Amino acid sequence: MTSLTNRLAVLVVAIASAMSALAGQPKVGDVFPSLADFKLEGTLPDLKDKVVVVDFWASWCGPCKASFPAFVELHQKFADKGLVIVAVSLDEDKGDMEGFLKKTKVPFAAVRDAKQKLAEKLSIESIPTTFIVGRDGKIAALHNGYGGDSTKRELIATVGKLLGK
Amino acid sequence: MKTFLIRSRWVWLLVVVPAFTGCQNVKPWQRGTLADAVMRADRDPAGVSLTEHVFFSREAASGGRGVGGGGCGCN
Repeated sequence: MTSLTNRLAVLVVAIASAMSALAGQPKVGDVFPSLADFKLEGTLPDLKDKVVVVDFWASWCGPCKASFPAFVELHQKFADKGLVIVAVSLDEDKGDMEGFLKKTKVPFAAVRDAKQKLAEKLSIESIPTTFIVGRDGKIAALHNGYGGDSTKRELIATVGKLLGK
Repeated sequence: MKTFLIRSRWVWLLVVVPAFTGCQNVKPWQRGTLADAVMRADRDPAGVSLTEHVFFSREAASGGRGVGGGGCGCN
């Protein structure tokens, strides 16, 4: 009987640990937190009634850098139709981000999550991670990593659908 | 419920043992340090070439890292 009790207790603790680990991970359909609440370094654009793409990146991350031309294309295609892209840098050194942005000019907002509060809130586990947030403020799609043209096509299709284009 | 948990030594093991381990998750933003060029084993091509040359001269074996030669140490 004691053995059974022990096993049950172990099971309870294991399930509780697993649930707490998964609790922070947002899913499609969840409400995306307000970016204004996280004291991000840089200027946030007006996000009201916009479809928002939030991309987490860092200057030392190869796939992140490879994804930038796709975001530039996305911006050029949809910015005037209601899309806003916010690139959130997770660089620990502000100079690294600024150095990269000096060499790579981007037409969309680039801010820095200096204290990583937003990244912690969203349980970011790898970069690039891209959230596409609908006009209703809910997460419409979530991409981990960057798979080149296939990811670009997916991003364009998802954003186009959300904008009704 | 309290007795149930206290009696269960396996529960305590599960809770206490991880606290004394050195396990630590590396957060994505901390990986910049690991991605730095100085972390690369082959960051100095001349150094790598020299090390490989010494290796195949002494061990009569080479390969695996792009260094040519038959192990004679003469090239």
